[in-house]
Amino acid sequence: MSQELLDVQGLKTYFPIKGGVIRKTVGYVHAVEDVSLTIGEQETFALVGESGCGKSTTGRSILRLIEPTAGQVRFDGQDLCALDAEAMRKKRRDMQLIFQDPYASLNPRMTMRKLLEEPLRTHFTQPQKEIDERVHWIADAVGFSRDQLDRYPHQFSGGQRQRISIARALITGPRFVVADEPVSALDVSIQAQVLNLLMQLQQELKLSYLFISHDLNVVRHISTRVAVMYLGRIVESGDTEAVYCHPMHPYTQALLSAIPRRDPSEPKTRIHLEGDVPSPANPPKGCAFHDRCAQCMKICSEEAPAPRVMPDGRRVACHLFDG
Amino acid sequence: MKHLLEMRNLSIDLFRGKKLPPVKLVEGVDIDIDKKQNFGVVGESGCGKSITCSTLMGLLSFPLSVGEGSSLRFLREDGTESELTSLSRAEMRKIRGKEISMIFQEPMTALDPMYTIEDQINETLRFHTDMTRAQMHEAALEMLRKVKIPRAAEILKDYPHHLSGGMLQRVMIAIALINNPRLLIADEPTTALDVTIQAQILDLMNDLRESYDTSVIMITHDLGVIAETCEEVAVFYAGQVIEQASVDAIFHEAAHPYTAGLLRSVTSLGGAQKTLYAIRGTVPTAGNFSAGCRFAERCEYCQERCRKEAPPLAVIAPGHTCRCWLHPAQKEGTA
Repeated sequence: MSQELLDVQGLKTYFPIKGGVIRKTVGYVHAVEDVSLTIGEQETFALVGESGCGKSTTGRSILRLIEPTAGQVRFDGQDLCALDAEAMRKKRRDMQLIFQDPYASLNPRMTMRKLLEEPLRTHFTQPQKEIDERVHWIADAVGFSRDQLDRYPHQFSGGQRQRISIARALITGPRFVVADEPVSALDVSIQAQVLNLLMQLQQELKLSYLFISHDLNVVRHISTRVAVMYLGRIVESGDTEAVYCHPMHPYTQALLSAIPRRDPSEPKTRIHLEGDVPSPANPPKGCAFHDRCAQCMKICSEEAPAPRVMPDGRRVACHLFDG
Repeated sequence: MKHLLEMRNLSIDLFRGKKLPPVKLVEGVDIDIDKKQNFGVVGESGCGKSITCSTLMGLLSFPLSVGEGSSLRFLREDGTESELTSLSRAEMRKIRGKEISMIFQEPMTALDPMYTIEDQINETLRFHTDMTRAQMHEAALEMLRKVKIPRAAEILKDYPHHLSGGMLQRVMIAIALINNPRLLIADEPTTALDVTIQAQILDLMNDLRESYDTSVIMITHDLGVIAETCEEVAVFYAGQVIEQASVDAIFHEAAHPYTAGLLRSVTSLGGAQKTLYAIRGTVPTAGNFSAGCRFAERCEYCQERCRKEAPPLAVIAPGHTCRCWLHPAQKEGTA
């Protein structure tokens, strides 16, 4: 495997719940609970899970857009959590974020040129000529012509807007990009265009991606390694093909079996999950998944399983694989 | 009348002021729905699939209207036929929620936050039946159990914000089915839900459809949902049906380059090749359609003729129609 660019250990993010007259903290939402992961140079690492499982919060905590409660994030050997605000701001040149909804994430009153210049003006001081060169370069890279630069976001379609978002994230020359559901808001035929662009730019600009998505097919295609999250915890992580072909954790198995078939003649083998995801403010005792798990044992409701390394290098947090 | 519903030459106009001609958002849609049929409508956003089906519920409002020459014939419960486009509002209200009902995309916003679940279920019953309050309570309870909601008696007293998205979608299904409709329109019923919840809801809908003998029109952009639930599929592109066939034919013998392209871009996901197959370009916006085939600009097989002449919807195999010059009609005439 390539060298580690990002190393996250024991990341926890809790949000306080305020209650009562004096807004006292009455509890915590355990949004991210003890997440550890590493991402290598030019690697695509995917986080998948259902809504509310903490995958976006993980992405934002890594960038310190949300202050993590505990844990360590090492980027290129440097502990990000120890940096002061100014040093962190400088560091953000190297780590950027692509947002989900291209309709909401671009200021409607700024032209594409202004939108692309903004990150440069925030992070660098350079003459206008260099800014122009840089803007033209990135517009070419994501497939826009010069005369489109002075248009406003409403003049672009969803797919084009997402390409502007990508250009905005990449213009400062980052090495690491968190892509938070970058294609979820797009139509199927446009999704493929944007995914191809992301993969092509990764090759050209030597990027590492943390790719956050709930779309299991997209994740399988784009990522080399994947982590499945449930209720703030990573329940299984490993090489994407291995996880998809032989899921080990019961939740991963159920999640993968719920993907609608692409072909009506394929046989139906579906594992049913009863009920809903429990609230992260009051997670079940023991294994977070035990009350929906078909293979629940006595120990599962008492003790939270620790992640174990499997012979093929996968990490699975489940009592089934103890000992 | 053989079918439950016959849609003929349906068009939907967008009014643009008195001096301009209206834009045709949907044009020339012919669809037949049989009794107990599971019909899928698939297409990208803005292709007209949702407004086509809203027309069945009489839900079009200004500036949208049903175009001239459209016909929607619906076989009523009492065996008579009704022309839905010419019914008065009062008559339409009698059908809506009773004989034709609808499940909306976002259960979180489709229910009224100010009323309890029981009130919202009873609203339909109160309007269409003569039940007493106690009977309505029993019926609502019964219905919630059928959609597999646990603790049904307690849930009836809850407000929508107490429930999760999957639960709310079950409530929506309960409301839609409580009057035992003949036709159920499901407009992206699982798009806002997670995959595991989506699987629960789709299975539930399949079970209920069998026990209720209801025809279902499933509107979705997800070909996977179509594969899971439908028997017959119509593919929409830019306001037209471009291909219609049985599910198996669509997935295995897709004729139109757009359908084939969509399937290729979905199935190449996770495949051996790293570069995904992508249909180039974007969907044309309504009002800017070319005179020829509407897909011509994005089509790999585009010929001279495609840009000039619009292809008709032709029968290319028994039960399989396609709007493309590549596939000449099997016999004279269009479907």
